[in-house]
Amino acid sequence: MPDTTKLIENLVEKYGKKRESLLPILKGIIEEERYLSEDRMLEVAKALDISGAEVYGTASFYSFLDLKPRGKHIIRVCKTIVCDMKGKNEVLKTIKDCLGINVGETTSDGTFTLLQTNCIGQCDHAPAMLIDGEVYNELNAEKVRNIIKEYKLNRQN
Amino acid sequence: MITLTINNTQVEVPEGTTILEAAKKIGVEIPTLCHHEDLCVAGNCRVCVVEIKGRPRLEASCATPAENGMEVFTHSAKVRNARNVITQLLLSEHAEECTLCYKNGNCELQNLAEEYYHDDEMFIDLAHEKEHHIDKSTALRYDPSKCIRCQRCVRTCAEIQGVNALSAAFKGKDMMITTFMEKTFGEVVCTNCGQCVVHCPTGALTERTYYDEIWEAIEDPDKHVVVNTAPSVRVALGEPFGLEPGTIVTGQMAAALRRLGFDSVLDTDFAADLTIIEEGNEFIQRLKKKFVDGEDVALPMITSCSPGWVKFIEHMYPDLLDHLSSCKSPQQMFGALAKTYYAEKKGIDPEKIVSVSIMPCTAKKFEANRPEMKSSGYQDIDAGLTTRELAKMIKQAGIDLTKLPEEDFDSIMGESSGAGVIFGATGGVMEAALRTVYEIITGREVPFRHLDIQPVRGLDGVKEATIKFENCKPEYSFLEGAEVKVAVAHGLRNARKIMDQIKEGKSPYLFVEIMACPGGCIGGGGQPIPTNDEIRMKRIEAIYREDAGKPIRKSHENPEIKQVYEEFLKEPLGEKSHKLLHTHYSKRNRY
Repeated sequence: MPDTTKLIENLVEKYGKKRESLLPILKGIIEEERYLSEDRMLEVAKALDISGAEVYGTASFYSFLDLKPRGKHIIRVCKTIVCDMKGKNEVLKTIKDCLGINVGETTSDGTFTLLQTNCIGQCDHAPAMLIDGEVYNELNAEKVRNIIKEYKLNRQN
Repeated sequence: MITLTINNTQVEVPEGTTILEAAKKIGVEIPTLCHHEDLCVAGNCRVCVVEIKGRPRLEASCATPAENGMEVFTHSAKVRNARNVITQLLLSEHAEECTLCYKNGNCELQNLAEEYYHDDEMFIDLAHEKEHHIDKSTALRYDPSKCIRCQRCVRTCAEIQGVNALSAAFKGKDMMITTFMEKTFGEVVCTNCGQCVVHCPTGALTERTYYDEIWEAIEDPDKHVVVNTAPSVRVALGEPFGLEPGTIVTGQMAAALRRLGFDSVLDTDFAADLTIIEEGNEFIQRLKKKFVDGEDVALPMITSCSPGWVKFIEHMYPDLLDHLSSCKSPQQMFGALAKTYYAEKKGIDPEKIVSVSIMPCTAKKFEANRPEMKSSGYQDIDAGLTTRELAKMIKQAGIDLTKLPEEDFDSIMGESSGAGVIFGATGGVMEAALRTVYEIITGREVPFRHLDIQPVRGLDGVKEATIKFENCKPEYSFLEGAEVKVAVAHGLRNARKIMDQIKEGKSPYLFVEIMACPGGCIGGGGQPIPTNDEIRMKRIEAIYREDAGKPIRKSHENPEIKQVYEEFLKEPLGEKSHKLLHTHYSKRNRY
């Protein structure tokens, strides 16, 4: 794994070896690999000279630091009360139908992972979801289908 | 000084004193769970909340400094009501299986539940909704369903031991105390020291017990069960029977073991004396190799009696393993001899011997199970029990320890010197070794009043001493005038200070003693709970009293030690010693 070890090296070089560098380094790995594997967490522990448990404690605390392998695009549908009242279930159902997966699952081609998230601050434009870093709000079934279609097309290009 | 009133009683305390400490001063006991005098303030369990006049909310007394003119109420109706709700909330997440729990009768949460008894469940029982995986590694047992997430164990592992094998993971209702990737203790950086067990207020963390197997062996007429007891057990075993910490119960302990049905009641202290002979000679040999033969030999030499420490260095400083003395710990030296020398002398088939040790330690369980500890051709030590487990066995046998007559250990391998006894306190191995090494080199007694090497005694984290060798015997003339610096550390965080110096090549020492637990073995992970500095000091004082009262104070003068070399081992560091009494170490991952 020469290039992945390089990834940790680069991140450590960028953020330093202090305890407070841990979070930005973990975020950096997520940006590249979309999840934190056991090996990767150990490499970070070694690089910062802290225990694996400390890395795991931090990694497991944050919802957006995934500990399981994820697809290329991570869809996070807001599950908090306002989005729920404004049609979250329809949004979820549409995504499930389009992709053939349930919440927590990844499509067999590894393109999409479907998750739920706590409030993302879009209550005034509910229901809302995140795909990777992008916010999509005021969703309905048709809008969701178009967004998914667009992602699928982009992937083929 | 600060003056405040607590429950209308005036109290004067130094600045920085917490309300909890101030209350203790006037005999007011505020209940606590996450608080422990060994550890930093956490303030997360809220059990110690008190009412402060003029403040709208109740405050955690463990985390609130006393202020001038403060009016505090520790047990007002408002406080009692809140404490009751807090207790019930904690209990709702705790598997209330007291009758099935090893800690039944010695549990801080149970005490609190007794104090704040409520005849009905106030909240839904959440403990049984969670999926729990009980970790039963060789030495430790972790049952998360009994964890109240106070994080004493996390702070212990970080602050006292510098290991950080445990961490809080996840958040909110899912927050849990766990290891890296929720692996078992056997798979991670854990040293098995058991300090987390000693600091756990509930039954979540305990040692893995082996006494059922031992009862079975005792009752099997075909088995010859020998037991050896570590030095620090005899100054702590009285505590579970209501005796003051620091009460010496050596004689009663021997009597109790005999009444339990052990076939031979022997002493780890004998093996401690043996360790001194082997380790002292190894030290002199290393000095000779270095300064006479010019060989590249690792110095300082570091003691290897503490299995928690040994596992720590294997994980944390795998490149410095050649600094460790190759000597096995007294427990393992005892085990190797029990199924060879002892078996031969007594004419017993070693196959039929079950060798049990009573230890202040949880890591000894792991050590006994190390694959290399089979030099007798059998597992040298079949089981290591803690002081707590022995207390439980004695109670199960209906024996009142306090009423027993004082009896002696059996022979052979039951005789010990004061030097063997002091192994139980931090600095003791160093002191015992110097008593012998100095005499080998100079032919005279170590130049300290009554042989008491005071600089290496006490609870300072890192202690130093310098021994000057003068008028050496001709064969040790290379040490003439040498000032040998030695150091002693206890608690693995203190060990790191010494190890980092060695790693940087800046260590001024030639010989170092390291014990994993604060205070040494008397503060071990297998000792009676509670343990704190006051109790540690009392046990230490008892150890030195026991030493001072011994007719023989030096390992090399122990007649049974002379006998074992004459009849069996022939010479220190000899062929048999190497086979039976010395070992090697393994590099481990730094998880």
